Amino acid sequence: MAVKVVRRPELTFWEKLYIPQILCGLKITFTHFFRNLFLHIAHHLGRFKHLPASATIQYPEELRPLMSRFRSRHRLTLREDDTPRCVGCMLCETVCPAKCITIVPAEHPDPSVEKYPVRFDIDLGVCVYCGYCVEVCPEDAIRMDTGILDLAAYSREAMQLDIHELKDPKLRKPINDCSLKFPHQCRLADGRMKGRWEGIEGARTRSGSPSLST
Amino acid sequence: MMEVVLIKLVLAGIVFFAALNLAGFHTWVERKQSALIQDRIGANRAHIFGFRMLGMFHGMADVLKMFTKEDLVPEGADRTLHALAPFFSVFFALVTFAAIPFGDRLILGDLVIELQVAKIDAALLYIFAMLSLGVYGVILAGFASRNNFAILGGLRATAQMISYEIALGIAIVGVIMVYGTMDLAELVRAQGQTIGGWIPLWGIVTQPVAFIVFVTAALAETKRLPFDLPEGESEIVGYFVEYSGMKFGMFYLTDFLETIVVASLSTTLFFGGWQVPYLMPDGFHFPWGGELPVPHLVYVLLGVASFSIKGLLFCFVFMQLRWTLPRFRYDQLMSLGWKGLFPIAVVNIVVTAVVLAFLGEAS
Repeated sequence: MAVKVVRRPELTFWEKLYIPQILCGLKITFTHFFRNLFLHIAHHLGRFKHLPASATIQYPEELRPLMSRFRSRHRLTLREDDTPRCVGCMLCETVCPAKCITIVPAEHPDPSVEKYPVRFDIDLGVCVYCGYCVEVCPEDAIRMDTGILDLAAYSREAMQLDIHELKDPKLRKPINDCSLKFPHQCRLADGRMKGRWEGIEGARTRSGSPSLST
Repeated sequence: MMEVVLIKLVLAGIVFFAALNLAGFHTWVERKQSALIQDRIGANRAHIFGFRMLGMFHGMADVLKMFTKEDLVPEGADRTLHALAPFFSVFFALVTFAAIPFGDRLILGDLVIELQVAKIDAALLYIFAMLSLGVYGVILAGFASRNNFAILGGLRATAQMISYEIALGIAIVGVIMVYGTMDLAELVRAQGQTIGGWIPLWGIVTQPVAFIVFVTAALAETKRLPFDLPEGESEIVGYFVEYSGMKFGMFYLTDFLETIVVASLSTTLFFGGWQVPYLMPDGFHFPWGGELPVPHLVYVLLGVASFSIKGLLFCFVFMQLRWTLPRFRYDQLMSLGWKGLFPIAVVNIVVTAVVLAFLGEAS
């Protein structure tokens, strides 16, 4: 067995005197103190803005820059006609390790699309932010790029997002009026179907020529 | 007679006002200074009508919080002593200020006012007596809490304070020998002389070793960071574990008050108290030959300002030390006190005595 002899560094007489070492320490703290004091004052006068005076980020007002691959709150991407790109294939619901996604698919008027979600719920209280749903989606219909990190709520119910909030990340609870036009099961109407396909661009192709909407 | 009492009351009021406010201000300084040292911003959220004043309202918010907090007394604790201990602590820290002169005597007509709350011949002894009595607050707090950890903390604090008091007291003896007085007002006056007209004869010049020993021991007395084994803000269970609300606040206040006491004592003993270099009662006498007469009132005010600035500088340096140095281990603390400072202080006395004897023979 190899023996490794650890030699503790012996203090020199100069170091044992304490006081020179204390002065060395004070030099560091004083340098920081006066540099930051100067920079804080200079910032108030609008100078030296490129030199930070502190590492602090004033959180609620100021957010830390996020990496582009950072996984934040989910959103459903949309077609040009404001309907979700989701085709209700259930891959994300299947792959989800936390089982926090609930999808109820229905038939889409466009035969080339086949299905769309009438319900798309994510329970953020259960979600583990693994990002598998984003990885697995064949339609690029779900992304985790909203940059929303402040997911605090007072109840478990409030942590459950439905299609309204997923479609529009700016929406915050409580949501009182439903602005979705296409048919969906709405929590605001006790889970009954609401909305129609009339007047929605993508729905017109049902009787006409099939076209891939982007 | 009435006059004298009134004047003393006013002086006491001024000193109390200054000391207590400075202690409150210290909480803000502590936060902001540490923040600047550590590249942070520090507390800045509390505001009144949108004015944040660089977070100065946090001190007020803290006091409000402490006053409205529940005051818990542990079951089986000695209620009287538990309530008394913080008062002892604060009281003995506050009365110390009485003997510290913060200005030269002010002459208004035929009224002579010593700018010192209590003119005591043995002011130094009084101050050390009061600082020592401060231990009672600590040990009583530990004892009355009926908590083993608190008692141990109290004992640690007592051992530390008593050990360092010896070094503290012996360091001072050198100063007393040089200036030949225990009256702080006279001691400061004696520091007004100069060596060859250039260097003011302050304690730091005549007793540099005593100064270092004194400041180190005094920092240990205040129980602040390099020596904060008795309390240890978050890691060590100290003597005031069982205290909450304003009772705890009073221990906290004592810390800051003691820092101010030590700062003003260091100023008085080693940095010429209210002396301004080259300022005599009739004006400036510069060693390069210039003279600048100064009216009496301005002279006294300059003295008070000088004392305040020096004291505040000391507070600042102590704060900086507190955020620079890591904590001692307990055995290191004890060996520093007994094997380091104590012998140095004793040797210092001997050397001072020999030098004084030679100087006495020479003159």
